Amino acid sequence: MPERVVVAMSGGVDSSVAAALLVEQGYEVIGVMLRLWSEPPLPIWGGAVEAAINRCCSVESIHDARGVADRLGIPFYVLNAEAPFKAHVVDPFIDAYASGQTPNPCLRCNRMIRFGFLLDYARALDARYLATGHYARIRPDGQGGFQLWRGVDQAKDQSYVLSVLGQADLASALFPVGEYAKPAVRALAAARGLPTASRADSQDLCFVADGDYRRFLAEHASEAVQPGPIVDRRGRQMGTHRGLPFYTIGQRSGLGIAAARPLYVLALDAAHNTLVVGTADELGQRWLRTGPVHWVADKAPAEQLVAAVQIRYRAQPAPAKVRVLPDGGAEVQFGAALRDITPGQAAVFYAGEQALGYGIIAEAREN
Amino acid sequence: MIYLDHSATTAVDQRVVDAMSPYWTQMYGNPSSIYGLGRRAAAALEDARCRVARVLNCQPAEIVFTGCGTESDNLALRGAVLGAAPQGRRHIIITAIEHHAVLHTARELAEHFDCDVTILPVDRQGLVDPAAIAGALRPDTALVSVMYANNEVGTIQPIAEIGAIVRQQGALFHTDAVQAGGHLGLDVQALNVDLLALSAHKFHGPKGVGMLYVRRGARLLPTQTGGSQERGRRSGTENVPYIVGLAHALELAQADRGAESARLLALRERLWAGLAARIPDIELTGHPTRRLAGHLSLIVRGAEAQSLLIALDLAGVAASSGSACASGAPTPSHVLTAMGYDPMDALGALRLTLGRENTEADVDFVIERLPKIVERIRGNQ
Repeated sequence: MPERVVVAMSGGVDSSVAAALLVEQGYEVIGVMLRLWSEPPLPIWGGAVEAAINRCCSVESIHDARGVADRLGIPFYVLNAEAPFKAHVVDPFIDAYASGQTPNPCLRCNRMIRFGFLLDYARALDARYLATGHYARIRPDGQGGFQLWRGVDQAKDQSYVLSVLGQADLASALFPVGEYAKPAVRALAAARGLPTASRADSQDLCFVADGDYRRFLAEHASEAVQPGPIVDRRGRQMGTHRGLPFYTIGQRSGLGIAAARPLYVLALDAAHNTLVVGTADELGQRWLRTGPVHWVADKAPAEQLVAAVQIRYRAQPAPAKVRVLPDGGAEVQFGAALRDITPGQAAVFYAGEQALGYGIIAEAREN
Repeated sequence: MIYLDHSATTAVDQRVVDAMSPYWTQMYGNPSSIYGLGRRAAAALEDARCRVARVLNCQPAEIVFTGCGTESDNLALRGAVLGAAPQGRRHIIITAIEHHAVLHTARELAEHFDCDVTILPVDRQGLVDPAAIAGALRPDTALVSVMYANNEVGTIQPIAEIGAIVRQQGALFHTDAVQAGGHLGLDVQALNVDLLALSAHKFHGPKGVGMLYVRRGARLLPTQTGGSQERGRRSGTENVPYIVGLAHALELAQADRGAESARLLALRERLWAGLAARIPDIELTGHPTRRLAGHLSLIVRGAEAQSLLIALDLAGVAASSGSACASGAPTPSHVLTAMGYDPMDALGALRLTLGRENTEADVDFVIERLPKIVERIRGNQ
């Protein structure tokens, strides 16, 4: 009996090639698409409705994924995961913004939905593995465990959003396209007559119809989007902001303040609904503290380590000293100041190409 | 593949396909046309009407062919209610477990046509109490609609008994007999009904054709007007091949009914006994005996229907949850919640509906595989 694999399919090139490679490797492959979010339909009259435009799981993407599954001769199902997605991803996303943080929902989605809800499903369907089209690699650690590595294509690497995984997840995960560069993946798709265009890369806010998270927040959590004062470090009011979620740390333009020197966003003070701004030389921090760290190895490698720390999905990793705190969090001391350390984002710790773990940034300081 | 979803639809009988085939490219005339081609189509149409009328023990002129079961239910409800409005009758009575074709139509009549709708409860087995209907009838009741057999749980209602009560009051009595069509008696005199809806694809006929029995004298405002086909009750060129198919399929199903019901009942009992002995914490939903012969509906506690259906499909078994809701959010069935089931339990509903091509070997395969599937799902969710 071939081993059974569930593949999370989007209709795009990466997951399609992942499915094709697994079929060729002799697995029994089952394609699954998750329905994560749907905007409510617009009532017209009586029971008639106009379908809302959905970015996630559009009719076209389901059609594309089903077409790929048919071509590969594998079964394909659309699973409804709207309730867990709302509870575990969208609601915390809104809450984080409401508390002045800038969240990355993809981490929670990978933890709670793909390698939570969907992995449970895969196991319930007697599958040995769950495969996705992520650009990351899994390597044996030589002691029966697994390591998470960046994808071969550094520009497409998604290990940042997969650093939520642990040993039990990696033992059940396959990332077939992580071994290839994107052009090679496109070539594999073209050679197999599969779609070659990307769809819904995981850094996107897949549930926000037009990609405008500010509009989304204004609609779904209007209380989190209230105008308030803009102040400088000394508390002098400089102007009025449109709602804290409209701003990110390090942002320069769009403040609507005329000043002698360019002003940048330094901090979002949710408790006072206040935006703190300052000049370029006030920007830049060398120290941060995270909430509880999740280690891919399921345990900290050491109490202190030197790691390359990546503070955003597409940021350059920066060398830093990491100290594990008694509460499970971490203190990170960078060698040089970073301009945009942002509470709510993940700090992911790397040793070379290996992702060791992550913690959500709780606070940052100059030193 | 083992097909255990006969309540959803059935394969078209080859004899039905053959009966339909002359009406595509040879006798394709419009039945309203005067020349030979049209007359032959009209003859086929009226022959089909007579065949159906014999099965229903009614006059051919009381049969209205429609596009589907849903349309038949719509015509019954909207037609009767709007037809009775000039007499001041604006009240309708339905049960809480009706198909959406009735439920949503009644809701719309209430919201947009100033109708007063009484929705009667059912008991834990899905039965409506005829006395409750007697109690709900009012002088201004235009229509009572009670489904003959329920699609999700298979429970058969005491239609004749309810009909006798309703007609004393002068209201029209409609039954949605879509699930009953191939399996139960359809004698409209014995059933005491004024309106009865059928859909061909539930009894090995084609999809896209249904019918409504309309007792002579019943005031029905048409919902579709035009060329006055079907005696003005359903305008639009008659779908001759499909109507021929419906008539043949109905005759064939009804001719086999007795023997086939006994066979299906034995298969269902074997299936239920096998599953009940091997799967802990499952429950038969609907009435234990007053139910469609091939209909087995279950609640599998702690196993979500979505996973059960996929795992069964991967094992080569086509089944459903009873509430066909693949695209929307998994919502608990209105039928099971009306029967008093906890909404969480109702999410674990499984419906296995046996039919013509099923064998003992099919049933034994499910008895062997389903317990393992349930065990694995319960262990992982």
